[in-house]
Order: sequence, then structure tokens, then C-alpha cells
Amino acid sequence: MNRQDLTTKTTKNTKELKGRALIKSLGDLRVLCSKDLTVWPSIIVTSLALTMLLIMGVKVAAAQAPTPSDDDVNAVARELYCPVCENIPLDVCPTTACAQWRELIRQMLAQGKSKEEIKQYFVAQYGDRVLAEPPRSGLNWLAYGLPPVIFLVGVYLVYRGMRGVIARRPKPAVTPAGEASAGPSAQAAADPYLTQVEEELRKRE
Amino acid sequence: MTEEATTTTSAGKRLPLWVIAVSFAGLLAFLTLIAWGLHRNQAGPIAIGQKVPPFSLTTFDGQVLKTTDYAGKVLVINFWASWCQPCEQEANSMEQAWQVYKPGGQVVFLGVDYVDTAPQALAFMKKFEVSYPNGPDLRTIISQMFHTTGVPETYILDQQGKLAYVKKGPFMSVAEITSVVDGLVK
Repeated sequence: MNRQDLTTKTTKNTKELKGRALIKSLGDLRVLCSKDLTVWPSIIVTSLALTMLLIMGVKVAAAQAPTPSDDDVNAVARELYCPVCENIPLDVCPTTACAQWRELIRQMLAQGKSKEEIKQYFVAQYGDRVLAEPPRSGLNWLAYGLPPVIFLVGVYLVYRGMRGVIARRPKPAVTPAGEASAGPSAQAAADPYLTQVEEELRKRE
Repeated sequence: MTEEATTTTSAGKRLPLWVIAVSFAGLLAFLTLIAWGLHRNQAGPIAIGQKVPPFSLTTFDGQVLKTTDYAGKVLVINFWASWCQPCEQEANSMEQAWQVYKPGGQVVFLGVDYVDTAPQALAFMKKFEVSYPNGPDLRTIISQMFHTTGVPETYILDQQGKLAYVKKGPFMSVAEITSVVDGLVK
């Protein structure tokens, strides 16, 4: 056997070995695939179970979210008034109706609703009169606008009145030294007649 | 000189005419507004024999019922609330009376739920098997119109839409209801 024949034979053996290995691998793969086919359902079931657990976990976590405290509820309730018990804020009203309202506020807070949303709901259901403060719209603006306007008008009237009083008050007599004098001159300042006399005397000097 | 000073002082006291006019106009408008509000608030309740203004009721299941749709029928309007103990006493009688008149179609019962929360109201209706139309008094418009003083209160309108009977407090029996309604059905 020459060298070339030997090389050819070796190559052929190598190819044969590679081929056998490939066939074996393919066979293994087929076995594996056939095994996988039996495994797939269990994988799917496991995945589904994990997904369910995850969802349940989220739900449980949501369910375990802290329920709004009485303080949270009262923070909203103190800005509302129940029409049944007039002039009593909802947070301190002892009636059953108000207790139901507070429970409703608690539920709405637990649903993630804001204070404004809750107040709007109550207004839609029971009218503006449930609000502690009238809404800033329409004629309600009078409640907000009139007090400051009346106050400013009052201040202006007082200012004008004071200015009139000061203007009417006779000026104190002035001594030659330029200082306000006490005693008889002060009395003269209070009496218009004496003031006039003093002025006439001053003219004659 | 003295006269000049006096004139200046008296002129300083005087307010401009337009300020006085505006002040009086504002005061008059304000008093008119107060008078109108008082008149509206202190207007008495609807009197017996007086025509009841039309109104609508949105039921718990979302239907909008208009009183104008019930022209020519006797209308029994019952104000109630789930937190009201006397309303519980009355609920069965109201439902039984409704069952009496329902087949005839000449009488309509409307339940107006006053200042209540929907879950409790629905539980109340389920508990007493209330089947006639019921809905919340949204924005308390209906109760304000009737000037209700509490619950339960029942207003019965005749076939001409005029207020025929008012019951403040619970009906104690079916017979008490039917004795009133029968006299109005022609």
C-alpha cells in the first residue's frame, strides 16, 4: 500500500467516523426530541402555574395595599357636609348616613381617587351644598369678592373721614421761636374766636 | 381767607358723585339678590291641589324617567333612604301596594332615594324586594322641589299632575296606601 493509498484510506476512515458520529448525534437528537415531546406539556403547565402565581401575587399585593386610615378619610370628609345633618362637618357627624358617606370615601380612596375627584362625585350626587366652601363660579363669586371690596371701601371711607377731621382741626398757634406753645396759646388754638383775635394781634404787631 | 379755608374743608368732605351713584347701585343690586334668594328659599312647599313641576328621575339601572311621560296616571312618589329605620317599616307595604296597582297601569310608583350611597340603597332594595322604579335624588333637586323635611315622605299626584296627598312619615299598612290611591284612580 503506497503512501497515497494510505492517506486515502485514512481520510475515508475519518469521514466514516465523522459520518457515524453525525448519525449518532442525529439519533441522540431524535431521542432528545422525542423525549422533549413528552416534556413539553409539563413545561407549559409549569409556566402557566408560574404565571398564575405571579398574577395572584400581584393581586394579593394589591389586596394587601394599606386601606386608607381614618385620618385619610377625615381629611376629605371635613370638607364635606351631609345635607341630612346641616352645619355638621362630615368627619364629626355621628349619623348612619354620614358613616355611610365616610365608608364610601374610604372605598374611593382605596381605588386611588384623589380628594378633588371624590368631592366632585359628591357634588354630582348631592349638589353643591355638600361642600364646605361654595364653588368659585356664578353668583358664588359674590361670597368671595364682596368682603374684600366692602373692606376696601370701608378703609377708603375711614381714610377720607380722618383726612377731613385733620383738615378741620385748627392749627396750633406758633410762637415767634417757631415752636408750638402750651398754655394760653394752646387754648386759643382750640377756640376759633381766640385764634382770630391772636391773628389780628399778630397783624398789628 | 377764613372763608376760603372753610370752603376747601367742606369740599374735601364730599365724595365724588359717581362714587355715591355706584355705591348705591351696588347696594341696591346686593339687596335685590338677597331678597331673591330669600324668596326662593322661603317659598313654601307645593300645596295640595297645586300643579307639580315636571322632573326626571335617573333610576339605579340608568333609565331616565320623566313625570311628563306619566300624564293621566296617578303618581306615587316615595322618598326613602337605606339609613332610615322607618323606611324599612314602610318598604314592604309600598312594594305590596305597587303589586296591587301594577297590572292596571293607572298608577305609577317612583322611589326617590334621598342622600344615600348606591351600594347601601341597592342592598336595601334587594332586602325588601322593591321592584318599582327607584333612583337617587341627584343633587337633591327633587327633594328641594318638594321641600321634604325628612324620610320617609310620600307625595301622591292625581291624574292631572296636581299634588293630591302628602304623607310625612311611614305608611303603616298597604290598606293605608290603597285607601288614598283608590280615591284618585278614575
